[in-house]
Amino acid sequence: MTDWAAVKKDFPLLRRQVHGTPIVYLDSSNTSQKPQSVIDAMSAYYETVNANVHRGSYEIAVKATEALEQVRAKVARFINAPATNEVVFTKNATEAMNLLARSWGGANLGPGDAVVISEMEHHANIVPWHMLAAEKGFELRWISVTADGHLDLSDLDQLLDGAKLLSITAMSNVLGTLNPVPRLAEAAHRHDALIAVDASQYVPHIATDVQAMGADFMVFTGHKMLGPMGIGGLWAHAEILESMPPFLGGGEMILQVTKEGFTTNEIPWKFEAGTPMVAEAVGLGAAIDYLENLGMDEVRRHEVELTGYAMRSLTERHGDKITIHGPSEPAERGGVLSFVYDDVHPHDVAQVLDQAGVCVRAGHHCAKPLLRTLGVPATSRASLYVYNDESDIDCLAESLDSASDIFSL
Amino acid sequence: MPGLEDLYREIILDHYRSPRNRGELDTPPAVRAEGFNPLCGDEIVVYIDVDDNSIINDVAIGGQGCSISQSSASMMSAAIKGKTVSEARKLIGAFKGLMSIHEGELDGDAAESDRDHGPEADPDIRLGDLEALKGVVKFPVRIKCATLSWNTLAQALGEASPV
Repeated sequence: MTDWAAVKKDFPLLRRQVHGTPIVYLDSSNTSQKPQSVIDAMSAYYETVNANVHRGSYEIAVKATEALEQVRAKVARFINAPATNEVVFTKNATEAMNLLARSWGGANLGPGDAVVISEMEHHANIVPWHMLAAEKGFELRWISVTADGHLDLSDLDQLLDGAKLLSITAMSNVLGTLNPVPRLAEAAHRHDALIAVDASQYVPHIATDVQAMGADFMVFTGHKMLGPMGIGGLWAHAEILESMPPFLGGGEMILQVTKEGFTTNEIPWKFEAGTPMVAEAVGLGAAIDYLENLGMDEVRRHEVELTGYAMRSLTERHGDKITIHGPSEPAERGGVLSFVYDDVHPHDVAQVLDQAGVCVRAGHHCAKPLLRTLGVPATSRASLYVYNDESDIDCLAESLDSASDIFSL
Repeated sequence: MPGLEDLYREIILDHYRSPRNRGELDTPPAVRAEGFNPLCGDEIVVYIDVDDNSIINDVAIGGQGCSISQSSASMMSAAIKGKTVSEARKLIGAFKGLMSIHEGELDGDAAESDRDHGPEADPDIRLGDLEALKGVVKFPVRIKCATLSWNTLAQALGEASPV
């Protein structure tokens, strides 16, 4: 049995107080807190190893290069990628999605083509396609979302007909909905389309296997999985990456540069122009170690339990006043609880909760098309991770009382 | 440390619960302007009907948002109704002056020129009930909620009566 109380103690930020009261951090879908081991690993890198990578022949430069490349191998293993050189480091999932759109999309999409996305996508999986579609003239098609927060797959075959790519989230950052990625991949492949999976919300919480998913591309970000901000990645099959033109130009991504032109480096470095985020990679490596030490199955089990507890206790205490969006069965969703409380605007809910030290996000969560479908302008969102426990949920449930007190009409 | 009572003053909650001048006006003769806060999704629609003597005969507020954006819009609508365009512009300057303590740091949009029109610059401008919103500056994230309707009004005035 995991000692979850001890887990919480590994996160120094969670020991602080805000407004004179202990912090209750419920915004991990936004960004996660970092365990001491991640912070220490990054400090140790700067204190003992720091040098630029893939350039120097001296001792610490070799060590820095090893540190970076070891994390690449660790990430590949963590997501069960067939090969290490299929993992491209980027700044975050948004940059990974833009790399995919600009490079693969730029080379493969034109008038008469289509890309299929869904109404529950984060703006990072919408705007790059809008931008590219305006340039290349392909069609953007939308899978709609049902009232209970699932993808409406009734016309999937029609949507995929003639499409070249299905780009879809594995888990909604607003609803927590877990999408049936293997089934979607099978459908996409049946229509000769590729499938890109936005796993930003999935990789931190559920054991990820890109091969079992049937994915062709997968993007993720480090800062939502206990790692630092500033590192994320794109995974794709080697032969797809080989076929793609480079994204950003500069050092590291080249083999040869002359006055006449250049030739590109091998994958994955072909897509990693400039000095990479080595300390952040080291931090990400420590985060993966931390998660693997807990075991991803344990992480998932903890979150399903806590999600169930949260849904029950919020509903018991607040009854009809609270509406929690998304699937009603905890096992079918992630630990993301978007809710609307009475007539109180989410911005005001978040303000009142902040006074009790409770951190939730209020707004559209970078998913405006989804909120339009749900028919709400904004929601409050509490999201859970390994360091949360029942006392955090109790604090959320109790603090909502004061929203009632202040704003009751 | 600022408490919630600094933010949610009774007069603010009153305007939030019973917003004044809620609705729409026919365009034309009225002018319509929309404002958005991309951060939180608040949307405000301001309608103003300006007559030949540059008097704001009627005003209506639409859209949705939090208590601060809604009450600010409600108080604004009450404050500008019957005023001249020039008086309304001075009021915008004075209100943004009230809010500019932090806004200038958060976003460079003409904080300096806002200050020129601040309350100190024009002692004849009375903010009245609107002073209740000054607690908002202690909550920097909410300043944009409070100023949303005013920026939208400035847009509407620009259309109704170009400077």
